[in-house]
Amino acid sequence: MRARLLLALIASTAASLLLPPPVAAAPQTHVVVIDKMKFGPLPARLRPGDSIVWINRDIFRHTATAANQSFDVDLPPSARRKLVIRSSGAIVFACRYHPGMRGVLRVATR
Amino acid sequence: MKKARLLAAVAVLTLTGPACADAASGPSDAEIAHIAYTAGAIDVAAGKQALAKSTNAAVRSFAAMMVRDHDAVNGQALALVKKLNVTPAPNGTSTALSSAAEATLKRLGTLDGAAFDRAYVDNEIAFHRTVNGALETQLIPAADNAELKELLETGLSLFREHQAHAEQAAAILK
Repeated sequence: MRARLLLALIASTAASLLLPPPVAAAPQTHVVVIDKMKFGPLPARLRPGDSIVWINRDIFRHTATAANQSFDVDLPPSARRKLVIRSSGAIVFACRYHPGMRGVLRVATR
Repeated sequence: MKKARLLAAVAVLTLTGPACADAASGPSDAEIAHIAYTAGAIDVAAGKQALAKSTNAAVRSFAAMMVRDHDAVNGQALALVKKLNVTPAPNGTSTALSSAAEATLKRLGTLDGAAFDRAYVDNEIAFHRTVNGALETQLIPAADNAELKELLETGLSLFREHQAHAEQAAAILK
């Protein structure tokens, strides 16, 4: 009984040794759609290195501009622009032209 | 003088007089389209006047946005009425708006420098307030076509932003 348990333990330890060490999750690409003067749903799990593709479906020029100046994405009508998130924490952003359009990106720390 | 003209426009917008096709349902879609388009065109003209006269960076950037945004809405409005086969119908409200705007353009044309900047921005605040009030309480509720209603609603969100922006600009100019 003991021998079997020991064997199982050895086997499982060996198996775990064979597994690659845990790596950081691969960067993800998220989409945020702007439509009818609003930023659509924001990504829930955001990590540094992830990207956001901003799609402006409005006929108006908008921007996605971070209050902490970490990004400023110009979004003419129908534009589609990719942004790589570099910083972490809560990033407040708004449209420079229409400051009532705003949101907060919550970027997890690694 | 300026206030009296504005009041006249507000009165026409708030008292549903000649604009009404039907007293019960308010202005028709064809009339609403004409009112909305006229209001947009007025603000484009005002923005162009400001771009021609003002040297203030904040005023110029605001005016450029007015021209850009209102042109975009009006382009969309024209495409929509064409699609719906509706001919925008001139009415008492759109006529009152036009004549008030003509007088404002003339009055602002006589001003220069900081006096012009202040008058332009003050007028933008008052104009957006009037139009937004009319959109909210009359034009949107009276619109029958769903696409027209939706465009007016997007317009209202946009014009509220403009009003807030104009109020910020006015605070800087003071």
